[in-house]
Amino acid sequence: MALEDRNRVVILEDRVENISGAEFPLSFDAQQPSRSLEELKNSLDIKIVHITATEIEFDLIGVDASIANALRRIMLAEIPTMAIETVYMINNTGIVQDEILAHRLGLVPIMADPQDFNWKLPEDPPTDQNTIVFKMKVECMKNQSAAADETDPNKMYINSSVFSSQLDWDPKGDQATRFADKPIKPIHDDILITKLRPGQLIDCEIHCQKGVGKDHAKYSPVATASYRLLPEIQILEDITGDDAELFRNCFPPGVVEVVNEGGVRKAKVVNARKDTVSREVLRHKEFEGKVRLTRVRDHFIFNVESTGAISPETLVSRALDVLMEKCDISKAALAKAIKGDMSDE
Amino acid sequence: MDVDQQTHPYIALHDVPEDKIEIVPGASADLTSVTFSIKEEDHTLGNALRWCIMQNPQVDFCGYSIPHPSEAKTHVRIQTTDSTNAIDSMNKGLDDLKAACQLIQAKLHQRVEEGNYARTA
Repeated sequence: MALEDRNRVVILEDRVENISGAEFPLSFDAQQPSRSLEELKNSLDIKIVHITATEIEFDLIGVDASIANALRRIMLAEIPTMAIETVYMINNTGIVQDEILAHRLGLVPIMADPQDFNWKLPEDPPTDQNTIVFKMKVECMKNQSAAADETDPNKMYINSSVFSSQLDWDPKGDQATRFADKPIKPIHDDILITKLRPGQLIDCEIHCQKGVGKDHAKYSPVATASYRLLPEIQILEDITGDDAELFRNCFPPGVVEVVNEGGVRKAKVVNARKDTVSREVLRHKEFEGKVRLTRVRDHFIFNVESTGAISPETLVSRALDVLMEKCDISKAALAKAIKGDMSDE
Repeated sequence: MDVDQQTHPYIALHDVPEDKIEIVPGASADLTSVTFSIKEEDHTLGNALRWCIMQNPQVDFCGYSIPHPSEAKTHVRIQTTDSTNAIDSMNKGLDDLKAACQLIQAKLHQRVEEGNYARTA
């Protein structure tokens, strides 16, 4: 296989070829050196495309899929966040049952940095270091000032809809001073939790604690964390005239343009990144042998969308921290296992 | 090496099992062929670690498996040449994986600092 093709996944009409990489010592020739850290230092690159308050798109280039996938998996399931764990229902006369209401409350993302809190073991009492307390006391009443012929429940009644903004943070211990500059609250104020009608009320105390997404999805710090490989369109033979137009129309807008070169219309790839790799182009006989669709195996386009508690670039950095911690913990455990084995003999 | 919660804030150490790593019975006497059983780990560490260990030219074989989906453990099998052994290779793999993460993190911070991207509120 040609050297430049080694890190290309080839997309054919009915199958995908060359999926797994074989970039291991001695797999191509006896002289090939190991892909040492030095080599990773040279091949590794990150290109950030954009960052918003809740989203980051970046390219991770020159690493193996196992590393990229580890990062993705950690972001989904192993970066801690704070979320509602226990709801003490004092009174609930609304139509939504206690357990359903508690579950809905649990999914409300909380604006708090988990780094400011300790883990809470089941036997630990709640303290200001491991628990955030919210109170919610909402009663629905008739709106006396509403018009007699009013039919909109939002105007007829007060508190007919209960929103996440009605969770009142109850600072414990020194929390009020500790978080004076970043008060703890639900990230979104307009999450509909339940609906009430006159005479119904909800009164509860809510405890948040630190957890990870693998225990419950409510602890996941991301809405999505995904990657795809960079698509590549190789034109092997010039595509001209009407075929060029047809070729362009096989791709999403902005991927291929038709350019005029010396009076000849010619198809040119301008932005393969936008391609969805639909393989439409491979269905047309006129392009047989003229085009090759591939993906770059070590070029990952990451898209991470945070729930808002942790900034997206911090999430990626923390995912790497978690993976490093895993290495440390496993190393210590390995040392212990060997010591144990020695004393057995 | 010891790990404590202060320096390792992201993983709940009270959830880490006492016998996190065990050597599965049947290892060769010279320890060139060993299967490690890592508890409470999955593809996240297993696959990345396998890749790192396979970069070592002294390693003849490295593979990982999750023997049963309802048991939270991962088996990593390492076979090496006579010039080293599986335990050293495992240690080197863990070191290399950590070093790789440090490289990626340094690069990420550098790129964020450079600010060469579209930033919107």
